[in-house]
Amino acid sequence: MIFDVDMETLPREDLEALQLRRLQALAERVYENVPFYRKRFEERGLKPGDIKSLADIRLLPFTEKQDLRNHYPFGLFAVSRDNIVRIHSSSGTTGKATVVGYTRRDIRNWSRLMGRCFAAAGVTSHDLVHNAYGYGLFTGGLGAHYGAEELGATVIPVSGGGTRRQAMLLRDFGATVICSTPSYCLHLAEVAHEMGIDFKGLPLRIGIFGAEPWSDTMRKELEATLGLTAIDIYGLSEIMGPGVGIECAEAQNGLHLMEDHFLVEVIDPVTGENLPNGEIGELVITTLTKEAIPLIRYRTRDLTSLNTAPCRCGRTLARMKRVQGRSDDMLIIRGVNVFPSQIETILLETDGLSPHYQLIVTRDGNLDNLEIQVEVDETLFSDAIKNLQRVESKVQKNIKEFLGVTARVKLVEPRTIQRSEGKAKRIVDMRNQPEQPQA
Amino acid sequence: MKVDQLSIFLENRAGRLAEVTRLLSEAKVNIRALSLADTSDFGILRLIVSDFEKAREILKQNGFTVGRTSVVAVEVDDTPGGLHRILDMLRDSKVNVEYMYAFVQQSGSNAIIIFRFDRTDQAIEVLQKNSIPIVPGDKLYNL
Repeated sequence: MIFDVDMETLPREDLEALQLRRLQALAERVYENVPFYRKRFEERGLKPGDIKSLADIRLLPFTEKQDLRNHYPFGLFAVSRDNIVRIHSSSGTTGKATVVGYTRRDIRNWSRLMGRCFAAAGVTSHDLVHNAYGYGLFTGGLGAHYGAEELGATVIPVSGGGTRRQAMLLRDFGATVICSTPSYCLHLAEVAHEMGIDFKGLPLRIGIFGAEPWSDTMRKELEATLGLTAIDIYGLSEIMGPGVGIECAEAQNGLHLMEDHFLVEVIDPVTGENLPNGEIGELVITTLTKEAIPLIRYRTRDLTSLNTAPCRCGRTLARMKRVQGRSDDMLIIRGVNVFPSQIETILLETDGLSPHYQLIVTRDGNLDNLEIQVEVDETLFSDAIKNLQRVESKVQKNIKEFLGVTARVKLVEPRTIQRSEGKAKRIVDMRNQPEQPQA
Repeated sequence: MKVDQLSIFLENRAGRLAEVTRLLSEAKVNIRALSLADTSDFGILRLIVSDFEKAREILKQNGFTVGRTSVVAVEVDDTPGGLHRILDMLRDSKVNVEYMYAFVQQSGSNAIIIFRFDRTDQAIEVLQKNSIPIVPGDKLYNL
């Protein structure tokens, strides 16, 4: 079902005309209300009226996460505090937190966009939504919550944590839709299994998974283990929260971006040049309608490519390929770019390997060493050493072949890799740690 | 004629082996025979125990990855050439030994060797044809 037929199936020509009107209004708004942006316009001798086509967005510089941090907490807000009805914030684990605000209309738009997302995923007003995204400053919980209500579905605001209780609620309430990170959902299924609850026997039919990058192979694993349709959702707190893009259940082939609210570009992360459709680069988003904290050319760090070909679901909105990784999460191992998602794909394509893995990077003199720890499960286990070593060398060979890096593969006991309630921690990079004093 | 062997995946970390023996001892499971194969990262502990199901259950509950393997226990003359005679006849039938380990019974004149063959059924046939005594599981578990 399409939630907002007028907007989601708008002919691209009309869509672009709408985007241009909104972009021009945005340029006026930030020039008048945000000193940071006025300064940037002035540095380039630009007036808002100079934006005459969508391509003119390229006259403007990028906004980076650091810009938000530099103006912590409210320095980039375009409206007075009186008009802000809600504040969200990132956790700030990689530096100072980024803070975003919402006006009443921003919240309304967000709810509508999340309503679109749920509908695109195949959710209807008859569904019961188990929302395991964290509630609080993190945008996931409340974003999904308001969207599901907008659609008229029933929401169970479970939030994160309390995994055994979550498994019990899934069984007792009979939720038909679950929202969580994909890795947490697998963890939940494991815990449920221990409690004698079979995920496949539950009425769950749709999983809406986001907040961490995952692969198509992971989708097969999720769909086979959990007995549901796994839908990829995309968003980021700086832009809005979840709901910037979502896969449609019809095609499950790329995430439709809500282009009437967001102007999207893909750039080469090194040169900053725009890339044509189909080429993988960094996604850059300009918020066309946001009132509280509009952003111009925000560098998401997420790597993807765009596709404007018509989709069989009928939506005319461009699709982005599922996020391939982050330009700042990229590991450089002896000069080779490596993304955790690539390693995940290789692991899952090697028979019997569990999706629980961790990448440990260390430095030995000037050489980087990559160790991939993978949990052994019963389907893989053999009483003969050579069979296990064969698995290790098969993974090693595939990694060398597909990624061009040499990695050490280490099989570890089940449950030794830490489970996370939120985003899975895939990388332990110990290269920049101070040397341990000699004993 | 086959014997159930318990195989356990162990990371090479201090205390993992002791964790297995602690669990078995608390469950009052007796170890009849064992062998530990290891690499630099992990080991495989192979056990013949007095109560296979009980041992497997307790280890699984405690998060160990365990497997069941069918092995063959053969009684061998505890004299020079005893083992060689058996290996010779297996070679002639092209049965491959994946691994083996031995133990000597208390107050007995024979040793018992546990074999893991690539073709277990064929190996049993060869041994029986040559009247080599095979120790059945039930007897071995309760020795």
